[in-house]
Amino acid sequence: MIAPFEPHSGSPLPEKEGHVSRGRLERVLRAGQFAVTAELAPPDSALAEDVYERARLFDGYVDGMNATDGSGAHCHMSSVAMCALLTNVGYSPVLQISCRDKNRIAIQGDVLGAAAMGVSNILCLSGDGVQVGDHPEAKPVFDLDSMSLLETIRIMRDESRFLSGRPITSPPQVFLGAAENPSAPPFDFRPLRLAKKIAAGAQFIQTQYVFDIDHLRQFMAKSRDLGLLEKCFILPGVGPLASARTALWIRNNVPGIHIPDEIIKRLEGASEPKLEGRKICVELIQQIKEIEDVSGVHIMAYRQEDAVGEIVKQSGVLEGRVPWYPGCEVQSNLA
Amino acid sequence: MYKFRLWSVSNARKLEAVYRNFEPVLIRLHPLFKWLGYGRLEKPVRVVEKVIKGLMFDCQMCGKCALSSTGMSCPMNCPKSIRNGPCGGVRLDGNCEVKPEMRCVWVEAWRGSQQMRDSAAINQVQIPVNHLLKDSSSWLRVVRHEFAAHEKELAQ
Repeated sequence: MIAPFEPHSGSPLPEKEGHVSRGRLERVLRAGQFAVTAELAPPDSALAEDVYERARLFDGYVDGMNATDGSGAHCHMSSVAMCALLTNVGYSPVLQISCRDKNRIAIQGDVLGAAAMGVSNILCLSGDGVQVGDHPEAKPVFDLDSMSLLETIRIMRDESRFLSGRPITSPPQVFLGAAENPSAPPFDFRPLRLAKKIAAGAQFIQTQYVFDIDHLRQFMAKSRDLGLLEKCFILPGVGPLASARTALWIRNNVPGIHIPDEIIKRLEGASEPKLEGRKICVELIQQIKEIEDVSGVHIMAYRQEDAVGEIVKQSGVLEGRVPWYPGCEVQSNLA
Repeated sequence: MYKFRLWSVSNARKLEAVYRNFEPVLIRLHPLFKWLGYGRLEKPVRVVEKVIKGLMFDCQMCGKCALSSTGMSCPMNCPKSIRNGPCGGVRLDGNCEVKPEMRCVWVEAWRGSQQMRDSAAINQVQIPVNHLLKDSSSWLRVVRHEFAAHEKELAQ
């Protein structure tokens, strides 16, 4: 079933009242549908087909795919280039911009270029420190941070000017996103920081992995009390864990990801941990959907991208909806 | 010094009061500063400022002091120099993801800000640092700025 608001061709879509972008993700969210986004791992190659091959895994299951920008401070194909390839065939990518590697001159240039290539969504991140990556000797830039990056792009879009004040003749029509982590201290400040991000320009939030559903519930409750959830769409982050060993390694080595003991015990006791990890992910998605004011989920299936379709299907959150993908019209005509 | 830095956060309220009293005195000295010449004063004031704030806050002399909005915890000590933190990588014990042995400067900022009279100042979005101001005196800039604002008010 293709929903009525679902476009039948590649982006950009016609402009729409109350929408800042011409992209699909904003339409789906504003239409009140439960949205699904997924992280697309960038290849360590110069081959376009490698990007398309990975993107095809998500066909029919996601409303947007995030092109990561040197995630974990590792070198991969650039997010702008991935987005150029993806928009070329009509996909709806979320361009991730990290402040680690580029200053304000480079970033603003990238925003214009990306928007010109049909990118409608940008996720603004500070980025991991270079120390955790494969080039720890590199110079960390961090000219902006996630907050000032949001504000910069909002100014470019809404005031048609660069940070310097120089005018932009045709502003980038982009839907602005940011990250937040409900599972990292200081817990009391996190919802207030969300308020700052919204003030700076955030319209949707994709969170860090949520394994502790109570953390998310508390974060949502406080954000609701602050009146933030009317101003912003929240897509909590989830992902399948491959084994108890992986889970323990992540918990001990990747800062900001909190995995409760019960999940590790479940993985330890499972005869097929990989399948159990996916099952846990499906259950988390279902629990997340039940939380009031949650607008969707963001799936980060590192090295398990091939499982995303199955996870979405089993969770049932799309309720029969099939997000647009290149060639879907041909498929539905055949069916 | 790291120890002094943590002390400053613990005493954020007192330091806030010191700043509150210190600022009007400096502003009143504006005519004297003007007579002596701000250009000539820049170097000695910068040296004094660097020593005092360096000792108490591990100040990096960014030239755009945000201590009153960051619970007396200098954001330039964040390895990612995040002016609107904390990032999502804070460890459960409140330490930094990049330097595990160090308290996250933004967890500290939150702690300090909650003791201050103006505890809501941390909710302001900080604009990007102007790198042209690096290694210049933030104090003199504030005095000149505040005096100009004061004069403008009087003129109206």
